[in-house]
Amino acid sequence: MAAHTTASIPQPTLEGWEEAYAATPERDAEFITLSGEPIHPLYTEADLPQDPASIGVPGAYPYTRGVYPSMYRGRLWTMRQFAGFGTADETNERFRYLLEHGQTGLSTAFDMPSLMGHDSDHPLSLGEVGREGVAVDTVDDMQTLFQGIDLGKVTVSMTINAPAAIMLAYYVVAAERAGVPAEKLGGTIQADILKEYIAQKEWCFPIDPAMRLLGDMIEWSTEQMPRWNSVSISGYHIREAGATAAQELAFTLKDGLTYVEQAVERGLDVDDFAPRLSFFFNAQIDFFEEIAKYRAARRIWARELRETFGAKDPKSWLMRFHTQTAGVSLTAQQPLNNIVRTAIEALAGVLGGTQSLHTNSYDEALALPTEEAVRIALRTQQIIAHETGVTNTIDPLGGSYFVEALTDKMEQQAYDYFSKIDELGGMVEAVKQNYPQREIADASYELQGRIDHEQRIVVGVNRYTEGDDAQTPILKIDPALERKQVGNLQAVRARRDAAAVEASLTEVKRVAQQGGNLMPPLLEAARAHTSEGEIVHALQQVWGDYTETPVF
Amino acid sequence: MNTSKKIRVVVAKPGLDGHDRGAKIIARALRDAGMEVIYTGLHQTPEQIVETVIQEDADAVGLSILSGAHMTLVPRIVDLLREQEIDDVLVTVGGTIPADDIPELKKLGVAEVFTPGAPTQDIVDFMRAGASRN
Repeated sequence: MAAHTTASIPQPTLEGWEEAYAATPERDAEFITLSGEPIHPLYTEADLPQDPASIGVPGAYPYTRGVYPSMYRGRLWTMRQFAGFGTADETNERFRYLLEHGQTGLSTAFDMPSLMGHDSDHPLSLGEVGREGVAVDTVDDMQTLFQGIDLGKVTVSMTINAPAAIMLAYYVVAAERAGVPAEKLGGTIQADILKEYIAQKEWCFPIDPAMRLLGDMIEWSTEQMPRWNSVSISGYHIREAGATAAQELAFTLKDGLTYVEQAVERGLDVDDFAPRLSFFFNAQIDFFEEIAKYRAARRIWARELRETFGAKDPKSWLMRFHTQTAGVSLTAQQPLNNIVRTAIEALAGVLGGTQSLHTNSYDEALALPTEEAVRIALRTQQIIAHETGVTNTIDPLGGSYFVEALTDKMEQQAYDYFSKIDELGGMVEAVKQNYPQREIADASYELQGRIDHEQRIVVGVNRYTEGDDAQTPILKIDPALERKQVGNLQAVRARRDAAAVEASLTEVKRVAQQGGNLMPPLLEAARAHTSEGEIVHALQQVWGDYTETPVF
Repeated sequence: MNTSKKIRVVVAKPGLDGHDRGAKIIARALRDAGMEVIYTGLHQTPEQIVETVIQEDADAVGLSILSGAHMTLVPRIVDLLREQEIDDVLVTVGGTIPADDIPELKKLGVAEVFTPGAPTQDIVDFMRAGASRN
């Protein structure tokens, strides 16, 4: 009966699709993510999590769909381009340029000597001063860096780790001199020391005293700087060093949980400092894998803070994070293609619910970016924000069979790593045993093999290589800037009170040796114009330095 | 030439940058290709690198620099090698090296410069050919 109505056309079924799919030959390619995870041809309702509460709603536990109820309908992400080169004068000029072009927060890149705790006139600093970031030797440089910028209004991020406590002291004293008290300062200092030993490799001290210095800084800023994010727990560098998405997620969260554990052991109430922790993730080119990573990260953090650490304040459960597109995905060949890569990566960050974003410039596989390249990178964010419409609704990919399945898988992989790390005695032990370092080295070697064997196509590198344009204009750092900075430093040394400097260093060493919080003596040292290198070397006299046993 | 002798390569990280992904991949690829690889680890001074080259009786040295300090550090290393009268060690550079700097580095005696995206096999082949010639 009713044989002639449309209802009688056989309903498509999953089984039917499976048959039809099996009858179609697949093209010659590997269907795996950038991290090497196999992907099914189709995801269905059966791949959704059993418990719909694990997806939930935005702004509520477990925050899979975003940390705020209104997300980008309430407020767009902060467009925060990382910048720094030359001396504080040049970087101050770049900062003002970025603010004039609509950037809404500042992010400071320090040069290698500053990251390693060497003064600009140290022999190891030769050729490195102001190259990869701005040179900051004393509080005077810090003052110049933010001259004419209202630090009570603009939030500032500082990417510095091993000597973070010293730079924070400089920043607080520089702001104090500009009439802005510590409690009004908003921003973030990276200070994620564990990932230095894992991936970024800019260290000053052995792991244990470095963890203590970080603890001192967290404790001090928790009390004195209510608007300050005390640590930016960073997966970015872990990923850049060659980690998979799951490794980035797992190692970063485990680092963060280790800092929480330490602060709780020091007697801090988890709800006093956890709301001030923030995260920093990479945005690689495998679009959905990245989105799943951010969603899984929020869920794991919320659960661990609530269930494991017993945090009561929902603000402690929130994982707020900054995203930067992947420097390692940029190619020196056909550099304009990098604009496209960066746009896709940035979109993943936005669809993953980031709170702030840095987009790389297309020329960064060649040198530090030119102003024009930085402007295009910023415009990329503005196009995503204002033209694409992706900000009109919250978590537009929520409920996608594929994205939810990937999110669950990513979460599972992170917990698998947590178990392995716990078996090794926790993250500090695991790092000392080179465990994450080895995992990352293996993953990065494997990926390179896939690229070398053209199992993974990189456009312009191992396929479609014709038409390279070698004419990209690049930013040249004038070698004279190094001499200028050395001159600045020596001028400060000549005019400061040498006895006050000596006294400040003696006090830093005393507290390092005998215990107590190092922040007050570091602030005193900053006020006395003691240089970063002098302070670091004083601390090294007490604590020693660090040498890696590399694994490859 | 004794073909059974393994090629000895020092992979070195001069300067302060901690970007060691490339250096470690190359070190491993050279090792997998049957060479004897000595990786110096990070933050090496030119003096330390030249010392390692001498100690290890290396056939080649690969310098990995991503800090922009290559025009300061590479000439220093090449000069030190020359001062020690070492002229049979193949010197290569890898990293974020702008195109304009490559001819200058080659003029100093650097045999080849590999920028991001260079296929690992090319580097292995180059090292093998160059180190055997020396």
